[in-house]
Amino acid sequence: MGNTHSFRADKLFSGYDNKTIIQGIDLEIPKNKISVIIGANGCGKSTLLKTIAKLIKPSEGDVTLDGKAINKYPPKQLARILGVLPQSPVVPEGITVADLVGRGRFPHQSLFSGWSKKDYEAVEEAMDFMNITEFANLDIDELSGGQRQRVWIAMALAQQTDILLLDEPTTFLDITYQVEILDLLTSLNEKYGTTIVMVLHDINLSARYADYIFALHKGELVAEGKPSDIITSDLVKSIFDLNCVVIQDPISDTPLVIPKGRYHVKS
Amino acid sequence: MKNQSVEVNFIMQGMRQRRRRWLFVTTLLVILAVVLSSAMLLLGNTIYPVHIVVRTLLGEEISGANFAVNTIRLPRMLAGVFAGFAFGVGGYVFQTMLRNPLANPNILGITSGSSVAAVFCITVLHTSNSTISIAAVIGGLATVIVMYLLARGGTFSIGRIIIIGIAIQAMLDAVISFLLLKSAQQDIAGAIRWLGGSLNGSKMSELPPLIIVVLLFTPIIIIFGKQLGILELGEQMASSLGVSTDRLRIILIVSSVFMIAIATATTGPIAFVSFLAGPIANRLVGVSSSNILPAGLVGVNLVLIADLIGQFAFEYRFPVGVITGLLGAPYLIYLLIRMNRKGEL
Repeated sequence: MGNTHSFRADKLFSGYDNKTIIQGIDLEIPKNKISVIIGANGCGKSTLLKTIAKLIKPSEGDVTLDGKAINKYPPKQLARILGVLPQSPVVPEGITVADLVGRGRFPHQSLFSGWSKKDYEAVEEAMDFMNITEFANLDIDELSGGQRQRVWIAMALAQQTDILLLDEPTTFLDITYQVEILDLLTSLNEKYGTTIVMVLHDINLSARYADYIFALHKGELVAEGKPSDIITSDLVKSIFDLNCVVIQDPISDTPLVIPKGRYHVKS
Repeated sequence: MKNQSVEVNFIMQGMRQRRRRWLFVTTLLVILAVVLSSAMLLLGNTIYPVHIVVRTLLGEEISGANFAVNTIRLPRMLAGVFAGFAFGVGGYVFQTMLRNPLANPNILGITSGSSVAAVFCITVLHTSNSTISIAAVIGGLATVIVMYLLARGGTFSIGRIIIIGIAIQAMLDAVISFLLLKSAQQDIAGAIRWLGGSLNGSKMSELPPLIIVVLLFTPIIIIFGKQLGILELGEQMASSLGVSTDRLRIILIVSSVFMIAIATATTGPIAFVSFLAGPIANRLVGVSSSNILPAGLVGVNLVLIADLIGQFAFEYRFPVGVITGLLGAPYLIYLLIRMNRKGEL
């Protein structure tokens, strides 16, 4: 399994209204890998993700998929390759889980076509993968935050794209659900070879789950590479302005950042 | 190991069941609309039996019945059916597109935009009915354009659109009052009757624009209904699923404003129908797929029921807008209280 899409950004500048946040970033997303964008609040990680997701138009530079600028693709065709889960999607009032997941099939359906067998199978597979089949006919409002997030990811899975972008998929979730979501995304990557790019807040979970890290500071890409290669106390100091010690995670052998504050430091 | 095929069935069954409910309720709404339309033709000062009504409709000359049925009752019924449908669909589209039950053509001032244009035609220009229709459409569209331009910022904001819409409505209503104060005594009665929303005095000759616009724009709106369901998931989700959100909004807004403005020009703004139809349809049918058709049918039934009540339930005959107003106002208050409790206001 795996896909061979080349997905990259060149000399990317972007932001909101007249404020430029992303200051000339070049990057290539590694194929079939999980990449995580990290950085302090306001460094532009969400803006970068939204720009490569075509949710924000870059003021300069290009985002290209297989050598073609993403804004040159017909929208539905792009949506069959590139899936995006924004930070705060809206739940229509009263909708059931299965119907919401089913809306992920939109890019595969034409203006007049009804539901094909393939559509049902994709919905079933996505729901089974995210362990939400039992909720199929429930109202979304009846679910917990963690369950709800699984529904949204299932919707993105039903879209059956080779690349999946997620904007802080674990925010507002308890630690149990954070790990659950990241595990599910990892199995998705292993099973289908889906290229995953996400923004995460937690640097330690990022270090554990990412194959590749993009570290941002004030709209610029300051480091990229495998977590074990780039996450050092110097990097953390420079992008988060935080003193820390980096040790080895006893579970995964990945870097583990131990913050050093003003108090509770043994002498 | 889980049994795959059982799970497919479980999911599919639920989805199919919801689709069957949609079909079942929609059929019931059609039947109810047919029953009410027939009642509109049968009932009146003289109650004619079915066979007489059918014969007059087929063009036979039956003294008395002919005038009552073909000249009075038929246009009244058709105006109610098509205007009710237009208000229902237009209201549903706006409420769904802006994801807020308050966001309907009444509250956003689109109906008022049409009304200003129509009242200006009635009291100042003394124009024909067809000019009033055209003016109402232009007034409605102009209101939307102004609202859209004023609400324009970096990104599309629903809250901003709604607040600006409410402000525009207040302003336009003031213009209507001003026009009425300034107009000649003999024009005021006509304008007021029109503003109240009434099927009284509907003439066959006034109906073609309304019927054509409804038949033309309803299929367009239904075709884009699936995309409207995606737009409901939020701006970003919709565009990442491949919907061109700006283009979709323009198509839907233009289509529904045309329907609402023409309906407004024909019957006057029948209060609250566009506000009530969508939520009632969603409640009856569920929200699994697009409820454009059910909302239109609820609109038809609301207008016809309200008109029948207005004609026959009291000693004095009330225009349809008074009855729908009585039905709609409590719902608006209920909605405001509920939204306030949930902190959505």
